[in-house]
Amino acid sequence: MIGPALERNEMLRLTVAGSVAFLALWTLAAWAGLTSRQFLPTPWEVVARMGELIVQPFAGFTLGAHLLSSLQRFAMGFVLAVLVGIPLGLAMAYFRGVDRLVTPLFEAVRFVAPIAWVPFAALWFGTGIGGPVLIIFMGAFPPVLINTYRGAKFVDRKYIEAARMLGASALRTITQVLLPAAVPSIVAGLRISAGLGWQSLVGAELIVASSGVGYMMVKGQAAVSTATVMSGMIAIGLVGLLIDVALRRVQRRIERQRGL
Amino acid sequence: MANIRFRQVGRVFRQGGQAFVALDGVDLEVADREFVAIVGPSGCGKTTCLRMAAGLEHPTSGSVSVDDVPVKAPGPDRAVVFQQFALFPWKSVWDNIEFGLLSLGVAADERRRRIEHYIGLMGLTGYEQAFPHQLSGGMQQRVAIARAYVLDPKVLLMDEPFGALDAQTRVVMQEELVRLARQHPRTVLFITHAVEEAVYLADRVVVMSRRPGRIREVIDVRTIRRSERWDDLPRIEDVMDQASFVHLRTHIWKLLREQQGSEAH
Repeated sequence: MIGPALERNEMLRLTVAGSVAFLALWTLAAWAGLTSRQFLPTPWEVVARMGELIVQPFAGFTLGAHLLSSLQRFAMGFVLAVLVGIPLGLAMAYFRGVDRLVTPLFEAVRFVAPIAWVPFAALWFGTGIGGPVLIIFMGAFPPVLINTYRGAKFVDRKYIEAARMLGASALRTITQVLLPAAVPSIVAGLRISAGLGWQSLVGAELIVASSGVGYMMVKGQAAVSTATVMSGMIAIGLVGLLIDVALRRVQRRIERQRGL
Repeated sequence: MANIRFRQVGRVFRQGGQAFVALDGVDLEVADREFVAIVGPSGCGKTTCLRMAAGLEHPTSGSVSVDDVPVKAPGPDRAVVFQQFALFPWKSVWDNIEFGLLSLGVAADERRRRIEHYIGLMGLTGYEQAFPHQLSGGMQQRVAIARAYVLDPKVLLMDEPFGALDAQTRVVMQEELVRLARQHPRTVLFITHAVEEAVYLADRVVVMSRRPGRIREVIDVRTIRRSERWDDLPRIEDVMDQASFVHLRTHIWKLLREQQGSEAH
């Protein structure tokens, strides 16, 4: 932080104040009739709708089942991004040839928004599992690769020299020195990846899925049930937050172990 | 038999189109089981000499060989103790010491036996599972020394190993190194800028000058150490009190001082 420090109580009060102000503005806007009531529900209407969605199926499933379906796709795309991104990033950091081979391609592709892959996802996979997984992968892959590469590439020279002096092979240098040295950077990358992957997922489900929170939201829009759409948004936000909190914990534990 | 031989070693660095000579015509032979210390002002190229013997850098002219084989790349036969320890922070003390043994393909029983031996010898018992950041600087350097000795290397290369330690720890480590060097005699090349340390530890002290880095004088300490029976004295301060020690130290100091003087004009 750059500004002066705040007391714990003060910080808590500010957090609560922000949320209350937001809810108040939302309620006022809904009441003031700026737009049709149907297009902007009040907060309690959304909460009530969420309660319904949890127990009653909508668009084929309950909210929980939609979330589970989304989470499965997310897990597949995310794990795939990790399984490809970490080894490739390490190989790029160690072998100059691999770096030269991959970097130009990667730099060109990574500026294409994950959602831009939707047409191909639809053409190649229809509404099958492959489409959303492809899009999540496209969102989650670049940060894993970049952070692994940077973390390994900028490892302190003295560790590489120590490993060489101790007779380590290329494979051992990569797995025992580059990988652990890059772990803090990799975990930071995973947090960004998870966020981007989760965001891309909903976009994917809006178009190429027949279940999931994104799909539920599209069906909500079609039924002109804005409360359903908002329920989806809130569920996405909460789950995203939970994923980030879990990864932050992992990050802290690793940093503590390293004495950072 | 293990010796290190520098033959007319030169090293030229290029920076922004300008070449400057870091080392010029260095001729030096470290005999089997000899402890040679190189002292000199910073920038005299003493660390470069050590890194060349390690295979981490290469001469632009002349040659560096160990056991008459030219040095090409680093390897566990030439163990290095770095000034900044360079222990792997993500590995325990035990795993750090074991790392090189695994490269050498030493069998599990033998690994255990050797690691336990050096852990005991370096006073690291009870810290096997600790991580480097949980240890003091002195303890970390003990791990680094154990990691080098455990490989049973042909030669040991120590690059200002005690330079990052506080004065008290440094003295303890110097005494321990003398004890270790007597128990396990090895060919050692030791870099330092501390004159007392060099005289206390080494059989011969090489004094270097800078710009370009050249060998100024080689001083035989072993003869005096034997005739004056330094080894019978238990403590470093007793040795440093000897007139013979003071005389050598002053001689080396003067050599280093003259360079400072010559630089002024």
